[in-house]
Amino acid sequence: MNSNRLSNTVATVILWASGFFIVGLLVFFLAYILGQGFKVLSLDFVFGPASQGGVGPQLFNTFYILVLSLLYSVPIGVGAGIYLAEYAKPSRLTNLVRLSTECLATVPSIVLGLFGLIIFVNVLGLGFTILGGAAALALLNLPVLVRVTEEALRTVPHAHREGSLALGSTQWQTIRRVVLPSSILGLITGITLVSGRAIGEAAILVFTAGTSVSRHYPDFNPLVAGETLAVHLWYVRGEPLVANADAVAAGSAALLVLVVLFFNLAIGLPARIYQRRLRGSN
Amino acid sequence: MEVNVENKFVVQNLNLFYKDVQALRSISMEIMKQQITALIGPSGCGKTTFLRVLNRMNDLIEGVRIDGTVLLDDQDIFGPDVDVVNLRKRVGMVFQRPNPFPMSVYDNVAYGPRIHGQKNKSQLDQIVEKSLRSAALWDEVSNRLFKSALGLSGGQQQRLCIARLLAVEPEVVLMDEPTSALDPLSTLKIEELLRDLKNHYTIVIVTHNMQQAARVSDSTAFFLNGDMVEFGPTETLFTRPKDQRTEDYITGRFG
Repeated sequence: MNSNRLSNTVATVILWASGFFIVGLLVFFLAYILGQGFKVLSLDFVFGPASQGGVGPQLFNTFYILVLSLLYSVPIGVGAGIYLAEYAKPSRLTNLVRLSTECLATVPSIVLGLFGLIIFVNVLGLGFTILGGAAALALLNLPVLVRVTEEALRTVPHAHREGSLALGSTQWQTIRRVVLPSSILGLITGITLVSGRAIGEAAILVFTAGTSVSRHYPDFNPLVAGETLAVHLWYVRGEPLVANADAVAAGSAALLVLVVLFFNLAIGLPARIYQRRLRGSN
Repeated sequence: MEVNVENKFVVQNLNLFYKDVQALRSISMEIMKQQITALIGPSGCGKTTFLRVLNRMNDLIEGVRIDGTVLLDDQDIFGPDVDVVNLRKRVGMVFQRPNPFPMSVYDNVAYGPRIHGQKNKSQLDQIVEKSLRSAALWDEVSNRLFKSALGLSGGQQQRLCIARLLAVEPEVVLMDEPTSALDPLSTLKIEELLRDLKNHYTIVIVTHNMQQAARVSDSTAFFLNGDMVEFGPTETLFTRPKDQRTEDYITGRFG
């Protein structure tokens, strides 16, 4: 009896401590990064061109590459996820699709970057481009999107599908009107997750989108090189000849964190409100 | 017997296998138009499986094989030119657990008409009100039509599912233990509703509640281990069963 109570107390303490450790770590990181960066953050720094020491072009490229890569990866990733969750019968082919997805998910991003370097930069001869960077980045996001979509769709109760089919709807009507709307929060969470990763990704983009920015700002041409914020951070820390390297790095890091945070809220909040309307609050 | 009694379904020699297990053995029966036919029997006897044959819901389950014929208005529902989607529009189903979609009461009822192409707003309004009235739910939900259906009580949710089904104007309503998850008062409401609906629809109801079968149905079929042991007018089956096993079951000796 006593030893049960003791182990219960020990377990409670350890689990609480682990939880607090994680929260503490996060708070420390945020406080440190934002504390260092806030001194540097100014309108000129955030939106100004490179010639004035700003990171405006990098910030623009970050979003541009993110949007382009989502344009590639969301239709294919969500499509494959829907296929696996709704259409695929257990078979060799299905297992192969799932296995390929998992293998793709374990490929280190540096390898994807070098792959992109060979394909887009060398074989296709495009050089460092925003387009190539976005395509290589899509490869990183694809498997995660497939997995997240499949899992989000599987949380929709089978009874909803049967209810819809029993009213004489087709399978696609059931998916579009019942299954997708009720799993939208899971899908959005997945897209936010990959977006966060894409915003922070550097290894892939160093080899595909390059470490320089266009002379024009903003430049929508997808066939020019486009350094993102994360790549810029890596670059100024590695390059000895950058003026104010410390300040630029601190500012870029803080901005990166804020961008991810902003992105999560901008997508996550509307999705949550939509979901609450569906579920009803009595 | 009345003269205007017609067949809706004619089932001949139906066998159903789930992988290697035979779940239904040479079932033959006729289901009459505008009557309530009850299917009773202990758990696992095949009554729900049989019900799901009638609108081909078993198609969704891996490894089910069926032989024999099922005629709906003289047309084989397993025939090559039968469109399953159209069949399910004619033969709708209410499930054991209420399964309203996570959307508003209105959208739930309008779901069927919408997928079948009804876009006119005032037409939809009419269909929604008529269906909710038919399901005896209108008075309780008319002031919360645009709130989520998941906020309704279990009994209300089940009547909503019935309304949702009536909105597509099926010819046959299949019900799989529609009151087993409900309290007695909600059960009573649904049974009253069934008696009203019978004037317009052919109803087949699976129930494990023998009193319910006796109260609402015109004909009753007793299933046991995949066989249909006995089928006849409800009154006869409950008062003068022909088969010893039927008598044992209805007198509560097993099951």
